[in-house]
Amino acid sequence: MSGLGLLIPLALLLGLGGLAAFLWSLNAGQYDDLDGAGIRILTDEDCEP
Amino acid sequence: MTEAAASERVEFVLPGVKCAGCIAKIENGLRPLSGVHRARVNFTTKRVAIDHAPELTPDALRRAIAEIGFDAQPIAAAAPAAEDRESKALLRALAVAGFGAMNVMLLSVSVWSGAAGATRDLFHWLSALVAMPTVAYAGQPFFKSAWSALRRRRTNMDVPISIGVILATALSLFETIEGGPHAYFDGAVALLFFLLVGRYLDSMMRDRARNGVTALMRETAPGGTVLLPDGTTMWKRAADLEPSMRLLVAAGERFAADGVVEEGLSTVDRSLVTGETMPEPIAPGEPALAGTLNLANPLTLRVTAAGDRTSIAEILRMMEAAGQSRSFYVRVADRAARFYAPAVHTLALCSFAGWMLAGAGWHQSLLVAVAVLIITCPCALGLAVPVSQVVAAGALMRKGILIKDGSALERLAEADRACFDKTGTVTIGKLVPDGPLTLSTPEKSLALALARASLHPLSRALATVLESEQVEAASLSNLREHPGLGLEAIADGTRVALGRPAWLGIDRVDARGPVVAFRGGQGSTRLLRFFDRMRPDAPEVFRRLKRMGLETIILSGDRREAVAPIAQEVGATALVELTPAGKVEAIQRIERGGHRVLMVGDGLNDGPALAAGHVSMAPASATDVGQSAADAVFLGDRLAPVAIAVAAARRTRMVVRQNFALAIGYNALAVPLAIAGLVTPMLAAIAMSSSSLLVLANSLRLRNCAR
Repeated sequence: MSGLGLLIPLALLLGLGGLAAFLWSLNAGQYDDLDGAGIRILTDEDCEP
Repeated sequence: MTEAAASERVEFVLPGVKCAGCIAKIENGLRPLSGVHRARVNFTTKRVAIDHAPELTPDALRRAIAEIGFDAQPIAAAAPAAEDRESKALLRALAVAGFGAMNVMLLSVSVWSGAAGATRDLFHWLSALVAMPTVAYAGQPFFKSAWSALRRRRTNMDVPISIGVILATALSLFETIEGGPHAYFDGAVALLFFLLVGRYLDSMMRDRARNGVTALMRETAPGGTVLLPDGTTMWKRAADLEPSMRLLVAAGERFAADGVVEEGLSTVDRSLVTGETMPEPIAPGEPALAGTLNLANPLTLRVTAAGDRTSIAEILRMMEAAGQSRSFYVRVADRAARFYAPAVHTLALCSFAGWMLAGAGWHQSLLVAVAVLIITCPCALGLAVPVSQVVAAGALMRKGILIKDGSALERLAEADRACFDKTGTVTIGKLVPDGPLTLSTPEKSLALALARASLHPLSRALATVLESEQVEAASLSNLREHPGLGLEAIADGTRVALGRPAWLGIDRVDARGPVVAFRGGQGSTRLLRFFDRMRPDAPEVFRRLKRMGLETIILSGDRREAVAPIAQEVGATALVELTPAGKVEAIQRIERGGHRVLMVGDGLNDGPALAAGHVSMAPASATDVGQSAADAVFLGDRLAPVAIAVAAARRTRMVVRQNFALAIGYNALAVPLAIAGLVTPMLAAIAMSSSSLLVLANSLRLRNCAR
C-alpha cells in the first residue's frame, strides 16, 4: 500500500507533465508549419525564430 | 501605444515558395529592411507574416518581396480563421482526453484484476479525480453542439453522446461515494477520446484543404494609383476608391474599380470576368470592369463604381447567394442521428421502467439504463464517417485531388449530372501552336522581339514557344502597339509587324483557333495558328463519367465557334455565351429536374455556378475565386481526377454504409446483454473498443480507393 501511495501520484504527475508540455508546444505554434519545420534544417545560416 | 506595440502585421500569400532556399531568401531579404520587425514564412500555408512599422505600406512590402523574386499577394484579414482555432481546440481536448483515458484505464484494469475493499474505493476515487475534470474539459465540443441543437429543438449525434457521458460520470460518482463495485469512468473518458479522434480528423481534413485555397480577392486588384486634382498621384486600396476619382492604369495592371475610359487606347483581357478568351480593344468613353486586365497602353479611367459595388463584387455576392442552398445539406452522420438518438433514449428509458416494474430498486434500474446508454453510445458510429472520409481524402490527395471537407465526398457520391466549363477546364487554358511554326530562324528572332513587347495572350504564347526553342531576340526600334490590331517596329531599316491577319492584308483564314499574322523583312506574310489544347484525356473521362451514369454538359461563356468542336470531340451537349448568372440558371434548371449537379470550372465567371452546383471541382490553375468556391481542387494537366473523385466518393459511401451496419450490428448483439443487466464496466470497455477497431480496419480498405 505504501508503494502505491508513492507510485500512483508519481504516474499521474508524469502524465500531467507530458500533457502540459504538449499543450505548451501547441500554443507556442510548434505545430503551425510542420512541412516548413522539416525543410528549415536544410538552410545553412541559423535563422532566428 | 508603447514602443513594442507600434507594429502592424500583414500576411502575404506566396504561391512560389517551393524549397528551403526560398524560405531563407525571403526571410533574410526582408529582415534588413528598415521598419520590418519580424518576418516568418509558413511553408505549409505558403504565406509570410510580417510585423512592420506603421510607416511601411503593404504595397511597399509587396514590391520588396517582388525584388527578392517572389510574387506576393496581401491577404485582407491577418487574424487566424475561426476554423483554425476550432481545430486547435479539438486537439487540446484530444490531448486531455488521451491523458485521462490512459490513467483511468490504468486504475480500472487494477480494479478488474481483483482489487477489492479499500483499494478499490481508493482507485475509484482517484479515477473520479482524473475523469471529472477531463470530461468537463474534453466533452465541451460535444456539449456545446448538443446544447445548440437542443435549443433549436433538433437533435444530432452529439445529444446521445452528451447524455451518455454525463449520466455515466454522474452515476459512477454516486457509486464511488456509496462504495459500490462498478464505476464507468473509464468508459466515459475512453468514449470521449475515440470520438474526439474522429472529430479532429474531420476538422484537420478541412484545414488542410483550405490552406491550399486562400484569400478570395487575391486575383483582383488590391488597389490602384489615383490621380489627384492637383496633379500628384497616390496609391489607394481598392476599398478606399470612390466614384469620380481618376485612376491611372498601367499596361499589365488590373482595373481596381469599374469605370469609363477618359484617355488612352488599349486592349483589355476580360477572361477573368466573362470567360471570353480573346482580348478586345477599348477606347475613350467605353466602360471597363474591375478585375479585367489592361494589356497594351496606359489608360486614365474615371471611376463609376468601386469597392463592393463593382461588377466583380456583384459576382461574389451572387456566389454567396448561390452557395446558401448548400448549407441546408444534412450530413450522413446527422441524418443517422435523427433516427438513432430517439431509438437509443427510448430503449434506455424502457429498460429503466422495465427493471422498476420487475421490482428492482431505482439504483439498480438506473445502473442498467446507463449501461444501455454506454453500450449504444455511438462510438463506432462517430468514427464510421470521419475515418472513412479521411482515409479516402488521403488517397485522393496522393492522386493530386484536394477535397475540402467530408460533406463534399458525400455530395460527390450523389451527383448524376456533370457540367463543365470549357476554357481552362476541358481545355488547358493555354494557347499552343497548331502544328509547327512556319518561320525561318531570322524571322523567329524578329517575331520573338515583337511578341515580347505585348501582353496579349497570343504574343505571350508565341514568346513562350520561341523562348523554349532558345531563339535570340533581334533588336528593334520605333516599336509601337496599335490597340486591337497589332505591333509594328523597324528592324535593319525594314518594317516588321505582328498582329491581326486582316490588318496585314489577309482576309480569309481557316483555323480552329486564334491566328496571328507576321510580316518581317523580305519574306511574305506568315500565318501562325494557335489553339487552346484540350486536356489529353478529356474524351476518355467524359466516356467514363457517362458509364458511371453522369450525363455531361458543357457550360461556356465563349462563342459558339470556339465551343462546338470541343463539345463534338468529347461528345457532350453544350450551352454557349452564358453569363455567370446564365450558368447558375442552367444549373438550377437541371437541379429542379431532380438531378444533382457536379460543376467543374475554373474562372471567376464560374464562381457562382460552382457555388450553385450540388458539388463542385476546380483545377489548381483556377482563379482563387474558382478554387474557394469549389469543394475539391485537382492538380495537373489531366481531367481524369474528376472521374476518379466521383468513383472514390462512391466507394467511400459504400464503406460508410458497411461501417454503419457493423456498428449497429454490434449494438444489436450487446444491447440485450445490457438490458439483462449483465454488462460490467469491463465488458462495456471491450465491446466499445473492439467495435471501434473493426470500423477503423474496414475504413482502411479505402486506402486504394482513388482509381
